[in-house]
Amino acid sequence: MIILSNNLNIYLILAAFLLAMGIYGMIRHKTFIGMLVSTELILNGAGLNFMAFNKFTAPDPAVGQIITLFIMGIAAAEAAIVVSFILAVYRKYKTNDPESLKELQG
Amino acid sequence: MIAYYQIVAQIMFVAFILLTITGAFLTVNAKILMHSVLGLAVCLLGVAGLYFYLGSMFLTLMQIMIYVGAVCIVLVFGIMVGHTPNESATKHDIGRNTLLGIVASGVAGLLLVITIFGRTSWETPQTTIGNFSIEWIGESLLLKYCLAFELISVILLIAIVGSIILAKGGREEER
Repeated sequence: MIILSNNLNIYLILAAFLLAMGIYGMIRHKTFIGMLVSTELILNGAGLNFMAFNKFTAPDPAVGQIITLFIMGIAAAEAAIVVSFILAVYRKYKTNDPESLKELQG
Repeated sequence: MIAYYQIVAQIMFVAFILLTITGAFLTVNAKILMHSVLGLAVCLLGVAGLYFYLGSMFLTLMQIMIYVGAVCIVLVFGIMVGHTPNESATKHDIGRNTLLGIVASGVAGLLLVITIFGRTSWETPQTTIGNFSIEWIGESLLLKYCLAFELISVILLIAIVGSIILAKGGREEER
């Protein structure tokens, strides 16, 4: 019997799946919160990748865990910033529909 | 001979993988935005279980506390306070975007999977130092990787100040 949890490829494929799902959701969703949720999926895929390589190929197991902690901190900061940004946009434009915010286009 | 607890562990591993996949599907396909956030919480719980199998108890707890406990609550607050419309309430054509999303994510995922299978083996390290304990993480974080520690604190401080500046002063303008 193969020990599934000792196989690096399973983790890598799952991380690729999370990345693909995040890209799909970011294109498909039509709201700011939906895009933010999809971004969290992508960041989790990155964290899973780092942890997998940390277990199987890294000489020092602290490195990958510290990078994953870093990713978690960045994700938390990003969520806080985006939520307050949504509040500010709603206050100024009275809508939260990304398609109707023409002034924010480049 | 495989002991019975190893079989139970493998079944739990498959269950965590299924939890992650189900949560991801629910996240991107939900019609109501609150269901999307709930799917994200399920997916993050699955990833936390995978972190446990990757040897890090600390990261499992941090994943549950930070992501499931904090980020999802912030997202729920963002939906409730920010008057965000639901997906079904918006009148734009979803079909074109769905097709675009499937193409883009399919290309990205396929490239990654080809890369994974094109490489047959990864080198295992010759010499290892340290272990997976919390003591070793804390020691490394404060001595060897001090810069990452300081950088994440600066990022969090900037995020706190920035979000307060962006979100303050709303009550007076709304009246």
